[in-house]
Amino acid sequence: MAGSDLATDAPSAPDTVKILIAGGFGVGKTTMVGSVSEIVPLRTEEPLTMAGLGVDDLDGIEEKRATTVALDFGRITISRDLVLYLFGTPGQQRFWFMWNDLALGALGAVVLVDVRRPESSFAAIDFFERRGIPFVVGVNGFHGEHPYPAEDIREALALPEHVQVLLCDARERESSRDVLIALIDQLIASAVQA
Amino acid sequence: MGGGDTAGRLVRPFALTGGRTRPNCADFTLIATVTAVDPPPANAARPQPEHTRILRLCAEPVAVAELAARLDLPVSVVAILLCDLLEAGRITVRPPRPVSRTTPDLDLLQKVRDGLGRL
Repeated sequence: MAGSDLATDAPSAPDTVKILIAGGFGVGKTTMVGSVSEIVPLRTEEPLTMAGLGVDDLDGIEEKRATTVALDFGRITISRDLVLYLFGTPGQQRFWFMWNDLALGALGAVVLVDVRRPESSFAAIDFFERRGIPFVVGVNGFHGEHPYPAEDIREALALPEHVQVLLCDARERESSRDVLIALIDQLIASAVQA
Repeated sequence: MGGGDTAGRLVRPFALTGGRTRPNCADFTLIATVTAVDPPPANAARPQPEHTRILRLCAEPVAVAELAARLDLPVSVVAILLCDLLEAGRITVRPPRPVSRTTPDLDLLQKVRDGLGRL
């Protein structure tokens, strides 16, 4: 490609990997990204018309001026040569055409669930199950409270045994970190099994 | 950051790319890393203002998504501008670390695990 032969003296770029933080609208995705990110979460906005949407697909969007879809993300420098990005996925179902791009090449995903309205995260769980993208479920307690044990939630969500369910508080750095570690442990476990 | 008055913002990105809505190259996905070539090629043409802003932001390696956020431009627009710069030999691009579902990279996973453990 153009320019590659000139790159010898350039500062070497790190390897990059990503994890998606998914779940229903307002479930705490950006909160989780922000609690573990080393930078204040950044936002990019994509005009829907440029993302290949037909005009008809814009019907039914609540407000006519809702013509962009926002993506919030954060960064964790793992080492000098490896950087992890965390992407909060757009919560609205109709913006899922963006998810295929987002999900491409992701290590895996965290699906956040709000115990007060778990159904808002059903679609995210379906999305990752259908595409065979590994995920864990983080149950984000309202004000950090957890009225139900993890096993009840697993049952309610009809999750297979290998998918971990963790009670968490997306506002807390350690709690969010532990959910990410659980995802990586799950990936390592299935890699060792393979 | 961002948001707000979208009516006025849609025009500008298209204008920046000379009306193009698709990039000429597929290199610039969200976490591809971009680095300015320094010093620039001897025969380099004088870049457009938006190109200059990008070159300044990627003096050190930076991911495409971060560039887009810092420029307050859609990733799709930034990708087009980056293709211009790549063709002009002004930047290099490093693709994201490939992730395979069939043959997972245990070494990579362990590195991520250790890094998260240090948080």
